[in-house]
Amino acid sequence: MQDRIREIFARNSFLPVAESTLGAEDDLYKAGLTSFASVQLMLALEEAFDIEFPERMLNRRSFASIAAIAACVGELTSTTV
Amino acid sequence: MTAATLIDDLFSSGILIETGVDGLYGRSGAFEEVIDRFNALITRFGGGDGATRVHFPPGISRTQFEKSGYMKSFPQLAGTVHAFVGNDADHCRLLAQLQAGEDWTEGQKPTDIVLTPAACYPLYPAVAKAGALPDAGKLYDLTSYCFRHEPSKEPTRMQLFRMREFVRIGTPEQVRGFRESWLTRGQEMIGLLGLPLTVDVANDPFFGRAGKMLANNQRDSGLKFELLIPVNSEENPTACLSFNYHQEHFGSLWGIKGEGGEVAHTACVGFGMERVALALFKHYGMDTDAWPEGVRKVLWG
Repeated sequence: MQDRIREIFARNSFLPVAESTLGAEDDLYKAGLTSFASVQLMLALEEAFDIEFPERMLNRRSFASIAAIAACVGELTSTTV
Repeated sequence: MTAATLIDDLFSSGILIETGVDGLYGRSGAFEEVIDRFNALITRFGGGDGATRVHFPPGISRTQFEKSGYMKSFPQLAGTVHAFVGNDADHCRLLAQLQAGEDWTEGQKPTDIVLTPAACYPLYPAVAKAGALPDAGKLYDLTSYCFRHEPSKEPTRMQLFRMREFVRIGTPEQVRGFRESWLTRGQEMIGLLGLPLTVDVANDPFFGRAGKMLANNQRDSGLKFELLIPVNSEENPTACLSFNYHQEHFGSLWGIKGEGGEVAHTACVGFGMERVALALFKHYGMDTDAWPEGVRKVLWG
């Protein structure tokens, strides 16, 4: 899961730094993720995993780290499959 | 008093003048007098800060508007200016359509002007063009009529209204300090007018699902606060002042930088001029001569 999320980062320019330099728990906002980039990231994740984030997940915490994203995506893919 | 009766009172006493379009009203001399006096009160609080006054008409360049990203966040609020650019035959068709009561707007083409959505929008590109910021940063004082397409029966939600803004551009410390000081000053100022107020964290009306995320981010980060006064109802008080920290958003968008090349941060305090005036009319009545002496003294001296 985290590898697939990292691939999405690698294909896009959400961050000013390479995702490979970040640990799973590193704060993506501190790494330079802007509000607008976080929206683009959300849309890219929805397309890649064929999911729709519910309103309760549309917040900073859900996209704060690769691990946090993986937890949200994991929850959505396990309930929708 | 419901929203409908407040606006009825404003119309029947001639304070506001109906046009047939919700949110588009004429203003009486008495109303403008209150706006003028409130403007003077703002200047009493902020005039000593040495802000540079700048005045733009209520339209911004379409090129700048496009670059501003406004359509990403608020497509539903924007108003573009269109004009007729056809030939004689087009003109004939236009007149026939008007005569027949048909849609005559198909031949209208966008001009290079978009209605200003917030007073500070035309400022940032102008500041960027002026070159590197001095160490002390910059402080501006602007007022503009602004347009937002959100027709409503609530008199506090006008489509064309005035916004006065102080805009601070500088280091994160400078702009955060500015916002803190206005959070205090704003409460003091509205307190002097005897109006009930609350201050709350807020978000802009971003569009759509992506907007939900932006709004939540904005709230979680404490980037926007509003000073609210009950006008239409106690349950849904009206945002009359807003205190916004944009972080690097406008600095990096427009390339506003300090001497050392660091991207400037910006913050603004915005005053909804009509909203404050309406709060005063709501709380003290339609006859300004009959307003409480203390309030009159603060405004008229």
